[in-house]
Amino acid sequence: MIAYVIRRLLYGALILVGVNLFTFVLFFAVNTPDDMARLAIGGQRISQDAIEKWKADRGYDKPLFLNTERQGTARYTDTVFYQRSVPLLSMEFGASDAGRDIGREIRSRMGPSLALAIPTFVLGLLASVAFSAMLVYFRATRLDFWGVVTCVVMLSISSLFYIIAGQWLFSRMLRLVPYSGFAGGLDMVKFLALPVLVAIVARLGPEARFYRTLFLEEIGKDYVRTARAKGLAERVVLLRHVLRNAMLPILTGTVSAIPLLFMGSLISESFFGIPGLGSYTIDAINAQDFSIVRAMVFLGSALYIVGLILADISYTLADPRVRFE
Amino acid sequence: MPLIVFLWTDVALFLMLAGVLLYAWHVRRTPTLHATWARVARDAPAMCSAVILSVFIVVGLLDSLHYRSLLPPASDAPAGAPPAYAPAVRSVLDGLLQATVLTRPEKTYSAPLASHQFTKETMLVDGKPVRDFPRLRAGGAHLDDPATQTVPDILWRLGAGLAGGAAVALAAGALLLAALARRRSGWRAAAADVLGARTVLPWRAMLLTFVLLALVAGAAAGLASGYHVLGTDRTGNDVLWQSLKSIRTALVIGSLTTAAMLPPAIVFGIASGYFKGWVDDVIQYVYTTLTSIPGVLLVAACALMMQVYIDSHADIFDTSAARADLRLFLLCMILGLTGWAGLCRLLRAETLKLRELEYVQAARAFGVSHWRIMGRHLLPNVMHIVLITVVLEFSGLVLYEAVLSYLGIGVDPSMNSFGSMIDRARLEMSRDPMIWWNLLASFAFMLALVLAANLFADAVRDAFDPRARRYRPAVQPAAGAAR
Repeated sequence: MIAYVIRRLLYGALILVGVNLFTFVLFFAVNTPDDMARLAIGGQRISQDAIEKWKADRGYDKPLFLNTERQGTARYTDTVFYQRSVPLLSMEFGASDAGRDIGREIRSRMGPSLALAIPTFVLGLLASVAFSAMLVYFRATRLDFWGVVTCVVMLSISSLFYIIAGQWLFSRMLRLVPYSGFAGGLDMVKFLALPVLVAIVARLGPEARFYRTLFLEEIGKDYVRTARAKGLAERVVLLRHVLRNAMLPILTGTVSAIPLLFMGSLISESFFGIPGLGSYTIDAINAQDFSIVRAMVFLGSALYIVGLILADISYTLADPRVRFE
Repeated sequence: MPLIVFLWTDVALFLMLAGVLLYAWHVRRTPTLHATWARVARDAPAMCSAVILSVFIVVGLLDSLHYRSLLPPASDAPAGAPPAYAPAVRSVLDGLLQATVLTRPEKTYSAPLASHQFTKETMLVDGKPVRDFPRLRAGGAHLDDPATQTVPDILWRLGAGLAGGAAVALAAGALLLAALARRRSGWRAAAADVLGARTVLPWRAMLLTFVLLALVAGAAAGLASGYHVLGTDRTGNDVLWQSLKSIRTALVIGSLTTAAMLPPAIVFGIASGYFKGWVDDVIQYVYTTLTSIPGVLLVAACALMMQVYIDSHADIFDTSAARADLRLFLLCMILGLTGWAGLCRLLRAETLKLRELEYVQAARAFGVSHWRIMGRHLLPNVMHIVLITVVLEFSGLVLYEAVLSYLGIGVDPSMNSFGSMIDRARLEMSRDPMIWWNLLASFAFMLALVLAANLFADAVRDAFDPRARRYRPAVQPAAGAAR
């Protein structure tokens, strides 16, 4: 198993190199640093001096891949590609185009992101599983039919509507929670209650419907018939036998999403004004700060790879039938 | 003669329409495909959704025929001067609705069916400045005394519109009966069959859907002859008008993106499953790399790059519509090129299974070339996966566009889309008094489109997915009984 994990880690490192190369080509080959400088400085007429100064300040004035003016290894290391990519592999994000330390920002914004993401994740999973288990328990009844209809309608509604409707109902009409914002300590609960609730409701439709099909797939199997034949109550069959087997694909699917919780939620963080990594990314996109976007892309893919490995491991731990090859 | 303009997405949309028609012709000729599609056609929710979707598609296609109208020649122009065209690109839909209130903008917000503006303004009445709600330029402009005339006038127009809608619905019903009567003994028997839901296709449900649609459209059209049915937004544009224009954007995003996704997904998926070995390794590496980048961030990065490119090459677009359109086209390409990994993985797994089957082995033993095996023997047998993915992706992409537009990496701000409507509406909900019509309109239109697409996609998946058919006997009779 250790050999397997090491092999997967090495493959993950290879993929990170690929991600790095891809984003570099995307950011620097499609447009020259001059274009980016013009965009960042803004305005109609920009002197070449200003562009040169902007590039020199941020280290974009070097050649992209090969520095012919240098000798030895410096031919390759003294380039934009090397200076901008290799530190990323050791999680050194450097400074943003606006001049602030990205690593520090990430560390300070991780807390609020997690404070929103973890309750959403746990409660959302519980709610979806409970709702779909209820539908399966009442399968072939009107409740099941209308439950599925509700799910289909709910998954046809954009997540933006849930947020806007939630803010309107709970903040404006009922005045239960603040519109948006964030505070540390116990006040956090007040600010996070609505975003968490909205995120759970938004996830309920697609997930409950998907879990329901997983449950129904299990419920036609032989061991369920055996359990019924030996006289177990439907409740016991469902909770002890079906649920445990159907939880396998659900769990492995969700385990891979755990590391990405660090990235926070783009939409709800910016809607509710929570100073997490999601709103940081959005601000960077709106300010067209390429360094931050690249850093977040890199961080996101690293976390995704960790998630995949975790999912593989959890699969074997949860299901003894699966063995590493 | 106006100058006909071919925008990138127009061409793509009509090419795709041609592709769909070609596929329909192919289905008619192939008995197995015909039988499978017949299963979809017998599903009542799917066919009702199809009626709604086709109305949306007609609106979208009307909005995709663009032209620049001919300007009257200038008074001092010489006789042989080249004709001058209007700088604004218009669509056939614009032309059709030109006479209605829809295309006439107000100054700023106005409530649905209002004849006065939503906000107060300082006006000069008898030489004295008065702060009051000014009359609208187009909405209810025909009324002399809005306070007393509004309600009767609205009711009259509503009634006329409903009558028109009912007439259209009756005509459609008569056409349907005439078509069915040829197969049955007469129109009486056909009518009894339709009303009793004894036809093979769910004609009664489809007809009911059409009647409802016709009534709603008729009522809206009747009211739109004199009022802004869904009010106007901050810049005074009619909200119903914007919603109609947004349909095209949603359709383009939903269909063009999957069209962009298909070529890499099919080629790489089948090649990697068929060749195995190093080809498989390379392709797997590429799509794992792509999927490991968080989707929104990848799209954001690509969209930023596209924005820089468009900004620095502003001179290659002759109209602002062309620029907005190229941005939409490139956005679809970006979404497609970042989204092919999922389908590719499915196709690879299926091809891995298929290549070991006897008929592929036999083809190989006969010395059939690799490309021919992949094209003739593997591709037709994985097409059901492609089809299911295409119909399932559509609704997700329409929803995704809203999120992207909210994030500022979606369509051009000058282009109407549900995402930008929501984006503009989100602060209006906190105003006092509340401005709800913007959000309600985008919500209703989007829900209708996405829900119809979802229901249709579900029926297609049920018909084409062999796995769904396998466990159906355990589940379906029960669900059917509940209906």
